[in-house]
Amino acid sequence: MDHKFAIETHQMTKVYGSGNTEVIAMHDATMNVERGEVVALLGPSGAGKSTFLTAIGLINPPTSGQIFIGGQLILDGPQSHTNLRTFRKQHIGFVFQKANLIPFLTAIENVQVALEINGNSPRAARKEALALMDYLGVADRANGLPNTLSGGQQQRVAVARALANKPSVILADEPTAALDGHRGRQVMELFAQVAHERGAGVVVVTHDHRALDVFDTIYEMEDGAMGPKKRQSDLMPSH
Amino acid sequence: MNLAIKDIQHSLGRFALTALGIGMLLMVVMGMGGIYRGIEKDATLLIDRLGADLWVVQRDTRGPFAEVSRVPANLIHRMLAVPGVKSAREFVYHTVQREHQGKLFRMAILGLSWPEDNGAWLPLTSGRPLGASHYEMIADKSLGLGLGQRVRLGKETYTVVGITTSMMGSSGDGLGFFTVADSQAIQFNTSNEAIRLERAARLARGERSELGTNQPSLLEQAIKPAYELPSTAKPQISAVIVHLSPGADAQRVVEIVSGWRDVTIYTQQGQETLLLRGTVEKVRKQIGLFRVLLTVIAGIVMALILYTLTLDKIHSIALLKLIGAPDRMILGLIMQQALFLGTLGYAVAYILGRKIFPMFPRRVILTNEDLFMLGWIVLGISVASSFLGIWKATQVSPNEAVA
Ligand SMILES: Nc1ncnc2c1ncn2[C@@H]1O[C@H](COP(=O)(O)OP(=O)(O)OP(=O)(O)O)[C@@H](O)[C@H]1O
Ligand SMILES: [Mg+2]
Repeated sequence: MDHKFAIETHQMTKVYGSGNTEVIAMHDATMNVERGEVVALLGPSGAGKSTFLTAIGLINPPTSGQIFIGGQLILDGPQSHTNLRTFRKQHIGFVFQKANLIPFLTAIENVQVALEINGNSPRAARKEALALMDYLGVADRANGLPNTLSGGQQQRVAVARALANKPSVILADEPTAALDGHRGRQVMELFAQVAHERGAGVVVVTHDHRALDVFDTIYEMEDGAMGPKKRQSDLMPSH
Repeated sequence: MNLAIKDIQHSLGRFALTALGIGMLLMVVMGMGGIYRGIEKDATLLIDRLGADLWVVQRDTRGPFAEVSRVPANLIHRMLAVPGVKSAREFVYHTVQREHQGKLFRMAILGLSWPEDNGAWLPLTSGRPLGASHYEMIADKSLGLGLGQRVRLGKETYTVVGITTSMMGSSGDGLGFFTVADSQAIQFNTSNEAIRLERAARLARGERSELGTNQPSLLEQAIKPAYELPSTAKPQISAVIVHLSPGADAQRVVEIVSGWRDVTIYTQQGQETLLLRGTVEKVRKQIGLFRVLLTVIAGIVMALILYTLTLDKIHSIALLKLIGAPDRMILGLIMQQALFLGTLGYAVAYILGRKIFPMFPRRVILTNEDLFMLGWIVLGISVASSFLGIWKATQVSPNEAVA
């Protein structure tokens, strides 16, 4: 995928329910994320951030609008143009607020399973998983079950899993909510590092304004509408 | 990585309990099938073991098992005169319910025609066949009697000289084998007072008759014991069982005997049909229907247990879908666990059943046919409930992993 943009969305609208219970969670949201770009998505509760993120994560198709990943049209409204599950496996890494680990697998197995799903042999997957956990500083807890790990440790395992298949898109929904400021910042820096090293597009929903300097670009959502793109360089006074 | 095994390892205790539960449920189903077969087998066991070719019973009765049949003892000699008959002997059979050492004691009594038949054909596990014309018996193990033990029946005491195994009457009571004379003595045991009264009545009847007045010496004869009287018939027997010479035409013998107006003749097959159609028919149907019901219920319960197992993992399944796990992997997780639990449950049922069923008062017979059948049913339920779980898994959206 050598297209300039990792992610492009065009006028995405999402309507939940119908009739009396109809909620327009997102309307005409457009965002382009370049390869190697790290985007922060801000906004008040209920603004539609998670709706946007799960839409580009291909697990919550929009009601209308298009999603391109690596220049390829993937979703046109709810209509998919490829096998979404296979596509997710190869190109998208997720991290959520709650570390979503499989409770009956150990920390390392949670990472390993993602690698095996993508066609790695168990041995290679295990080796790679251990290297990733080492990278994230949780190698010593590799054989612990998720419920024996602290919130921050679980979150880092989830990050390791998201990075496992070298995705071109990394999506994170409040990944640092369970972490202290220092750890939270480390995770954000890690995302930035991966984005820059590998040329992945990263979108992070966050409420943590202290770590905003890590991001290249900042968007804000309000009532389902996507605000204008702001560059870090526009926000920071230049030295 | 095998997710099914990982999940089982993670909640080993829960899986073990589930397997045990399913196992006990299947054991009950297995046992019910065994009880059904036991009733069937016990009903015809005696007929099978006696191995007679033909049964001759009282005219127009379906005796001697389905109803009472009485034929004279001399029928044996008439049967022996029929061409093709190798041997004919009396069949004397009845059930007694007495007390032995303060406990209820039910025994089906079979008379052996001593001296030709001393019970050597019985499956003896210890002791010996009958060695005397009186006061000895061979007891089935299920009666709980030991070798050398003495049992009082009627006016006499009998010593157990041999023990057999798996010899039951059609109602499941253990069999005791005696000489015909002894078994009749037990059957027709009359108290002393009853005998005195009967003799007095005979005397009174004689005194009133013209013959008695004309020939008073006859009255002296009348008060003698019954067996000394020429005119009083020997106690009658239930049936005559006939063995044919090798190569003899059974149909021919049946035709000849059918011409006799006082008896009816059945083949061994005919007797078995009479027993199964009549005596044990209702019990058999009752147990049979209950068995079907139990199997259906066990199937539903098992399916629910296996389905719940999938529901418990639905969040993990959504997560697996989110990270792109193929359907094959999720299907494997559900299907392998169902099959594993089904197999384990079946094994538990079989092992437990093998230990427990022999303690039942009546025989519980696990036939290979029934075991295979149940195996297929368990397999079917495991697969069917997996499909239910797999259907549920396909319905779950990966978005639910996030919610
Ligand atoms: N499955 C759903 N069905 C109906 N309405 C929904 C559903 N999911 C979200 N909504 C609604 O859509 C709107 C946007 O929700 P969303 O979760 O995207 O907000 P958010 O910006 O992520 O908020 P938060 O910061 O609290 O996570 C909200 O009004 C929410 O109630
Ligand atoms: Mg949200």
